[in-house]
Amino acid sequence: MSEASKHGPLPFAITLDPGSSLANKTGSWRTEAPAYVDRLPPCNDACPAGENIQQWLHHAEESGYEAAWRQIMADNPFPAVMGRICYRPCETACNRAILDEPVGINSVERFLGDEAIKQGWTVSVDAPASGKHVLVVGAGPSGLSAAYHLRLLGHEVTVRDSCPEAGGMMRYGIPAYRLPRDVVDAEIQRIADLGVRFELNTTVTDLQAELDAFDAVFLAVGAHVGRRADIPAGDSARILDAVSVLAEVEQGDQPLLGRRVAIYGGGNTAMDMARTARRLGATDAVVVYRRTRDRMPAHEIEVTEALEEGVRMRWLSTITYADAGRITIEKMKLDETGFPVPTGEFEELEADSVVLALGQLSDLALVEGMDDVTITDHVVQVGAHLMTGHPGLFAGGDMVPSERTATVAIGHGKKAARNIDAWLRGTTDQRPPRHDLATYERLNTWYYSDAPATVRPRLDVARRISTFDEVVGGLDASTAVFEARRCMSCGNCLECDNCFSVCPDNAIIKLGGGKYEIDLDFCKGCGLCAAECPSGVIEMFPERL
Amino acid sequence: MERVRFYQIGSYAAGNRLLDGELQTVQSDTHRTNSLNSGHRACQGCGEALGARYALDAVMRATGNQMVAVNATGCLEVFSTPYPETAWQVPWLHSLFGNAPAVATGVAAALKAKGRTDVRVVGQGGDGGTVDIGLACLSGMFERNDDVLYICYDNGGYMNTGVQRSGATPHGAATTTTPAVGPQPGNDFGKGKNLPAIAMAHRIPYVATATVADLRDLEYKATRAMEFRGARYLHVLVPCPLGWRTASNETVKIARLATETGIFPVFEAEDGEVVAVSKIRKRRPVGDYLQPQGRFAHLFGATPREDVIAKIQAEADRNVRVFGLTDPEVPVHGVVS
Ligand SMILES: Cc1cc2nc3c(=O)[nH]c(=O)nc-3n(C[C@H](O)[C@H](O)[C@H](O)COP(=O)(O)OP(=O)(O)OC[C@H]3O[C@@H](n4cnc5c(N)ncnc54)[C@H](O)[C@@H]3O)c2cc1C
Ligand SMILES: Cc1ncc(C[n+]2csc(CCOP(=O)(O)OP(=O)(O)O)c2C)c(N)n1
Ligand code: SF4
Ligand code: SF4
Ligand code: SF4
Repeated sequence: MSEASKHGPLPFAITLDPGSSLANKTGSWRTEAPAYVDRLPPCNDACPAGENIQQWLHHAEESGYEAAWRQIMADNPFPAVMGRICYRPCETACNRAILDEPVGINSVERFLGDEAIKQGWTVSVDAPASGKHVLVVGAGPSGLSAAYHLRLLGHEVTVRDSCPEAGGMMRYGIPAYRLPRDVVDAEIQRIADLGVRFELNTTVTDLQAELDAFDAVFLAVGAHVGRRADIPAGDSARILDAVSVLAEVEQGDQPLLGRRVAIYGGGNTAMDMARTARRLGATDAVVVYRRTRDRMPAHEIEVTEALEEGVRMRWLSTITYADAGRITIEKMKLDETGFPVPTGEFEELEADSVVLALGQLSDLALVEGMDDVTITDHVVQVGAHLMTGHPGLFAGGDMVPSERTATVAIGHGKKAARNIDAWLRGTTDQRPPRHDLATYERLNTWYYSDAPATVRPRLDVARRISTFDEVVGGLDASTAVFEARRCMSCGNCLECDNCFSVCPDNAIIKLGGGKYEIDLDFCKGCGLCAAECPSGVIEMFPERL
Repeated sequence: MERVRFYQIGSYAAGNRLLDGELQTVQSDTHRTNSLNSGHRACQGCGEALGARYALDAVMRATGNQMVAVNATGCLEVFSTPYPETAWQVPWLHSLFGNAPAVATGVAAALKAKGRTDVRVVGQGGDGGTVDIGLACLSGMFERNDDVLYICYDNGGYMNTGVQRSGATPHGAATTTTPAVGPQPGNDFGKGKNLPAIAMAHRIPYVATATVADLRDLEYKATRAMEFRGARYLHVLVPCPLGWRTASNETVKIARLATETGIFPVFEAEDGEVVAVSKIRKRRPVGDYLQPQGRFAHLFGATPREDVIAKIQAEADRNVRVFGLTDPEVPVHGVVS
């Protein structure tokens, strides 16, 4: 009872103590309620290795480089390698590409990978020993990724490879000017240090015996046999195959290519071969390809860099005859469907050698005798869990049907490791369902500062064609942090406090540590918080009336 | 205003986890006053409720919580204080519709008489209370250079009594007293008052405009105003979902469009001279601002009133030119982008 009313009736309107508006629960006005949701950033969605890119960029933004690196390592043991050779599907998918240019995810990844090597950061096996022993056949990116994840899950792992050193195509295919070998060595050494056993110079031939000796086997033998083309040739014609030549170069041999080299094919391997030929002293490296530039499977940047280095391109051409010192080329034209058809016009070209870069096949001799393993179109068929028809025999990377990139191979290695782990424990690998995509339309991009992409330094052309020095340089700490901060944190809260600020009804509570809560007693459901969240984290849901 | 270095969201959002404490806004601080508390009866998405909390919280921080507010009649008063409840968490007085500047002057004089010059006075009201009925009191307050910051929350009409036209209603807008009929539908061209310009003509120490779409700028101006003694005027554009017939979640977006089209120039002036303007980041045609609003719907029917829109565009162009809102001058083409 208020003081005033003790003194008998007073005029209305001065009889009541001041009350607070908090008595008026405006939440009852609402027809829609906001809620915080998680959305899958398109970069994460597109990463074949399943990296949580948005999350590690979030760490990198605050210069938390080690935390960022560890976040990558949870999915991919090769940040420094990937930061150089990945074809960056994440950047193609990045929402920032619509605003200005994609976030340089790959260059930040490389910076983190290099920083880890420089600082000597390591990982350790924390899982208890499972007592199981897994054999991995092939020490390419897929096999190594599987070995790494299996080891972290507590299993004993042995990796066997025919080659004298581990790395697969990361060592024997991709040229050193794109991927320096000390980087490959450092990231493989880290896996070896976890206790993964390597048996090199060892070709696995009797698979049944290995299946008896090990608890499970992961096959990742890649695709190393150069596809041949039937080119009519004179006796003294010199016809080589690109993957073999690149492997020879890696092993210190000087393949005899001559001064004028014709490379046959239009993929990335052809570009690597042509650029390698230039570095080995070829004055004239000509790529002969039967379609046009825009139809080349090689990535635009590789074509550009090859051209910069003086590689010549003969588009719309096939090689019809090869002989000592010269080849015959037939001009092609594209039909309505874009298919190249011969024109009957011929031309001669001087060439001391022809190097075929027409794709690779897998050598699947080791599974050919097994009747529960299916081979279709030169690749081994696997189920959703990457297991072949033979229980306990898994396969991934270039030898199974998929896109042939190191990143996909690494992703297969992780996925296989999880499924092998589940299989060994008698369970199945359960992944939470994926969130809806954080599409560009969900963002409020007004809040992001204008920020042009950082450009990576490049070696000048003169040095490029005389050495195998790395062509593309890395970012430094300040440019890396700038680039990381260009990330818009799609679908994930970036703690900007906009929601907390913009609510006219103070109905958002800031809890700290990036957590917010909606006070449904007072939220009127206006939707301003959802509209003004830069990263599209708040969504309005109809109230049940 | 100082723009902070590039931090992902730069200085556009309210907060930023990468910034140090003193660079954060008042609104991102969990200890902000919340001058206007939850439970008030403003419409969903009310720009005036938002703008008032933004401005007064900033003044509270700037004065070390030594502030008294005097409020003219209008939505802001009606929705906040239905007897016996109040949403105000600051010392607050209600005046009449037309005399808030005079009452604020009186409060300032009383405080001066008591030697309490540490306590600062804010007068506030809607655009009707400010540019029309309260103008004489306000002009007097300016002329005497009384130590008051007067804040006008401009929602372009007498909203509390049912959306009637005020001297600040934009040209071409439909209100209940300027219906969308006739050859020149909506509010007449060539009429109305530009109160920031009128305030500047009084040569008072500080005049500024702001919107609810740029929080940092609004907080900066409320704070800067408290660095002066004497009469100061802050004109804040606050979209009104009811009167402008916009969706409740568009309040901030519409205010942003008002600035990006040049319709509402954001600037500050000292002693009657413009000292700074907020540049337009990406200039847009006025149609982008007009089209989402129901009060301009008559301009976009089956036969769009391009003649009327062109007149509004010309007004925006003039603002861009006079205030130098883009650098270099960027012309716009078309009705909408
Ligand atoms: C020239 C070239 C450039 C490329 N550039 C890129 C690039 O820039 N980015 C990119 O993402 N991808 C690139 N790729 C593709 C990428 O290298 C492959 O997709 C990837 O290496 C496949 O990994 P993997 O582990 O399946 O096989 P591989 O890397 O091929 O490794 C397979 C390993 O298995 C071993 N092996 C095979 N048979 C046996 C056996 N019976 N017993 C024991 N060991 C065996 C091999 O010695 C080899 O080490 C390139 C490929 C080539 C050829
Ligand atoms: C002298 C007087 N005339 C009329 C009114 C009725 N009245 C109350 S609020 C209001 C409109 C207020 O308009 P504005 O100042 O623009 O503020 P808004 O409600 O739009 O925020 C009117 C006309 C009044 N209270 N006193
Ligand atoms: S802006 Fe950031 S979160 Fe969004 S897609 Fe690009 S990298 Fe991913
Ligand atoms: S801004 Fe506030 S009132 Fe509006 S929906 Fe969000 S929480 Fe509710
Ligand atoms: S508005 Fe900002 S703080 Fe709120 S959810 Fe979105 S990103 Fe997080």
